[in-house]
Amino acid sequence: MSVTRTPTSLTQGSRTKGGIGESTLRPDGTLKVTGEFAYASDLWHEDMLWGFTLRSPYAHARIVSVDIAEALATAGVETVMTYADLPAETRYGLEIKDTPVLADGVVRCHGEPVALVAADHPETARRAAAKIKVEYAELPVVVDEESATGPGAPLLHPGRSDHHAGHVPHPNIVHRQPIVRGDVAAAKARADVVVSGDYEVGMQDQAFLGPESGLAVPAEDGGVDLYIATQWLHADLGQLAPVLGLPEDKVRMTLSGVGGAFGGREDLSMQAHACLLALRTGKPVKIVYNRFESFFGHVHRHPAKLHYEHGATKDGKLLYMTCRIVLDGGAYASSSPAVVGNAASLSVGPYVVDNVDIEAIALYTNNPPCGAMRGFGAVQACFAYEAQMDKLAAELGMDPVEFRRRNAMAQGAVMPTGQVVDSPAPVAELLRRVKAMPLPPERQWLSAGSPGGSVDVRALPGGLSNTTHGEGVVRGVGYAVGIKNVGFSEGFDDYSTARVRLEVVAGQPVAVVHTAMAEVGQGGVTVHAQIARTELGVSQVSIQPADTRVGSAGSTSASRQTYVTGGAVKHACEAVRARALELGRAKFGTYHPAWARAELLLEGGKVVTDGGEVLADLVDVLGDEAVDIELEWRHRPTQAFDLVTGQGFGHVQYSFAAHRAVVEVDTELGLVKVVELACAQDVGKALNPQSVVGQIQGGTTQGLGLAVMEEIVVSEDGRVRNPSFTDYLIPTILDTPTIPVDVLELADDHAPYGLRGVGEAPTLSSTPAVVSAIRAATGLALNRVPVRPEHLTGT
Amino acid sequence: MDFLRPASWEEALAAKAEHPTAVPIAGGTDVMVEINFDHRRPEYLLDLNRIGELYEWEVGERDVRLGAAVPYTRIMDHLRAELPGLALASHTVGSPQIRNRGSVGGNLGAASPAGDAHPALLAAGADVEAVSVRGTRLIPVEEFYTGVKRNALEPDELIRAVRIRKADGPQAFSKVGTRNAMVIAVCAFGLALHPGTRTVRTGIGSAAPTPVRARAAEDFLQAALAEGGFWDSGRIITPSVARQFAELAAGACNPIDDVRGSAEYRRHAVAVMARRTLGWTWDAYRGNERSASCA
Repeated sequence: MSVTRTPTSLTQGSRTKGGIGESTLRPDGTLKVTGEFAYASDLWHEDMLWGFTLRSPYAHARIVSVDIAEALATAGVETVMTYADLPAETRYGLEIKDTPVLADGVVRCHGEPVALVAADHPETARRAAAKIKVEYAELPVVVDEESATGPGAPLLHPGRSDHHAGHVPHPNIVHRQPIVRGDVAAAKARADVVVSGDYEVGMQDQAFLGPESGLAVPAEDGGVDLYIATQWLHADLGQLAPVLGLPEDKVRMTLSGVGGAFGGREDLSMQAHACLLALRTGKPVKIVYNRFESFFGHVHRHPAKLHYEHGATKDGKLLYMTCRIVLDGGAYASSSPAVVGNAASLSVGPYVVDNVDIEAIALYTNNPPCGAMRGFGAVQACFAYEAQMDKLAAELGMDPVEFRRRNAMAQGAVMPTGQVVDSPAPVAELLRRVKAMPLPPERQWLSAGSPGGSVDVRALPGGLSNTTHGEGVVRGVGYAVGIKNVGFSEGFDDYSTARVRLEVVAGQPVAVVHTAMAEVGQGGVTVHAQIARTELGVSQVSIQPADTRVGSAGSTSASRQTYVTGGAVKHACEAVRARALELGRAKFGTYHPAWARAELLLEGGKVVTDGGEVLADLVDVLGDEAVDIELEWRHRPTQAFDLVTGQGFGHVQYSFAAHRAVVEVDTELGLVKVVELACAQDVGKALNPQSVVGQIQGGTTQGLGLAVMEEIVVSEDGRVRNPSFTDYLIPTILDTPTIPVDVLELADDHAPYGLRGVGEAPTLSSTPAVVSAIRAATGLALNRVPVRPEHLTGT
Repeated sequence: MDFLRPASWEEALAAKAEHPTAVPIAGGTDVMVEINFDHRRPEYLLDLNRIGELYEWEVGERDVRLGAAVPYTRIMDHLRAELPGLALASHTVGSPQIRNRGSVGGNLGAASPAGDAHPALLAAGADVEAVSVRGTRLIPVEEFYTGVKRNALEPDELIRAVRIRKADGPQAFSKVGTRNAMVIAVCAFGLALHPGTRTVRTGIGSAAPTPVRARAAEDFLQAALAEGGFWDSGRIITPSVARQFAELAAGACNPIDDVRGSAEYRRHAVAVMARRTLGWTWDAYRGNERSASCA
């Protein structure tokens, strides 16, 4: 698919084979490729029932009546549940408990769950659900800022009492975060050029391939065991137990096979529903969404409207920036407040701008709920500020990369929040690197694999649809760079727990690593084994299934898992190593003076000095004893942003990526072929270089999708118009360009091994780079993504 | 739902006569989606997978008699010379897995305006072989499409085959979708030159309630080619002729605005595809003429 430059200048890994810095194979890789991996949708239990969810066809309506009699009388149906049957808490939420488990008299979005059916066959459950008679009285819908905050706007959540309710200017605004710094008015007076623009980002979906699914098994103790595909077991648990009316220790959760997440599994989907049905019927209940339902089963990326203004001197120095970012959060809060914090604090981009006036808000509307998705608020901002950078460069007659370089932040720069960036921020270097890569040859459709001079349409816009043989095709090149925070921010207690056990099994030292980290495809299980090998010097590492028998590992999101849970595994291993060395000293300390020194290592199953002298076999040190330690590990604390000035040490780490996009545009038909998307990214330390490159290529491709095709289309009455993979298009391999990747490793001294979170940054700059390239090819303004053929052809 | 599994064509016809509501299924690439999404729940499914002759084709003097269930992959692999337009259209159908199962008979049965085979069939010229226990009738393909997802079959009829005119000149097929593979048509255009009869035929997909021919465009182009002596001279077609052909093709559209594209874009795109496919096919015709005269 792509030519990948093997990362250069990678620091040395450990001396134990399969440790960090090596591209060890994923334990789940072969199974996934051969189709043998068991996903949550493959779960099975004898005598299990199938759950089905009846959902609202309206975006805003009062429920006048619900009649379940006919559904309940259907042969094979075990139970039907509505709001009236809920046993305890009736609402849940990641940040604000505003999401009904089942609709409580009002539905606020298309697809909101209204009733549940459990039956002995999935089709029976579906057919019975269709027999539930729900009478709705439609209510006026709120779909944008004007309708949400205008006079007489219907309130989505009247009587709010959440922690943002007090400071928002309108009850239909979930959260508002301003950031002010410097003196914008004075800077504006000094500006030689002023450039402004209005930008729009459509609603992107995570489009993970494994739909929401899980199996709830009622237990004899009155509790429930839930096998589930999720991103954060303990956050689910904290929301789930109150809804079930159970103490947390009676809700036992085990991670099942997860087919992708990208933020879309942070919120509960069918977890509570399956458990409620299981506890009510006393039988195991499985729920699997189909593709259609999946589009209603999880939150999406916030669509955004952004207004930006920049001023600069004539020699290309940014003086000020003002922006207003309006995110559509949809009917329920989900993670909207945190997305607002991100959008505001990262709205300037990776540039030094001393004077800023920033406002970001998220709305409550009757549109589909939006929340976490890879890039989390930074994606929307990056599309706008990078468009602005191109506009400014054009206005100044400067090369767009040179203009960015002159304003690029570096270590020591001050964020608009006042936070000093205290680790490498090689923004100019990343841009230099993508620009220095050789450009792909022109008119490849004439050369590549086309003997006899015929045309290889696969290399052209339209691909096999055979729309052009070169007619109307214009090449464009564009650049973009972005900044993303790593880890949970704004004072959140972002910790992870790891349990590590070292023991002798069948004459070999074996490390067992147990965390609750959700492996969603990011490769965490691979990395945990590498860390254990490096720290404990053993070749055999067993990764235990993730479950709630061990403490929280936090969310598999915010590019944080290798940093935080990887950090917890590292520190647990260090504690285990220290304990093992104590055992060694007690047993063998008198035989060799080196035991008294602190610099002892575990390598190749032996205790060695830092000079390489072998002191003992680990097998002999441990004997029959197992060293078993569980600990929590935290990154350094962050602070909340001030609600008026936005000042605060809000983010623990930043990550940076730059892209150069090369596109061919059929200017007559408005079709786009992305030829190449070169990326350079600083990852601090590549624990698994192949996984790192995979993350960068995946994020790059997801950004491409937002640039040219991916959008959930919502009608004016708040209904989703394209909930299928027929009409919600994601890139195929023929849409995926060559992605050469240049990996930098500049250590962040605050992070384990100096690593930097990788997963999200490439999603940011990919989109604006592609659109910049399309602008270069067409000369059009293109202020909205995804770019559609209509935008390129004026139709 | 009853699943009928006839072992022979005769049994299939008898079953269809007995159960006129039965929905025939071969590759299942369309019917199964409808069933899985609960868009329809037929009383009977009539499985045609055991009827071998539906998977065969015969190349005759004038026509290819293409069995209704011949998968697109086989058309691409074996009938590129005889049915170049349909082979190109087959390339654009779904994914490789779908092309291994889906067939022209299914496209015709579903009669979706977005079916990829239709423009190629209209341009080449084809008759649908509709069979029942009462007998066989040939329905010209342009009369086959009667409305959105409706066709001219009687309730007791099954599609046995399609008799498609063998190419006697260059053909082209072009389809617009908003990604570069595995995409449903926003609109599509098929063009076939028939030097033997000095005619041209067209087919438009996804830009009207049914697949349609752009008859005014065909008539205009035929007249222009004849009057200008183009067939004999093999001269380059003047841009104004190509432009007017394209405009008339767009005029044959009666598109809607939907989630896949605007009506205005569809008209525009059909015009562009009409102009380009005319360029490609005419270049091929001129090239053939030249190599023939050189030989």
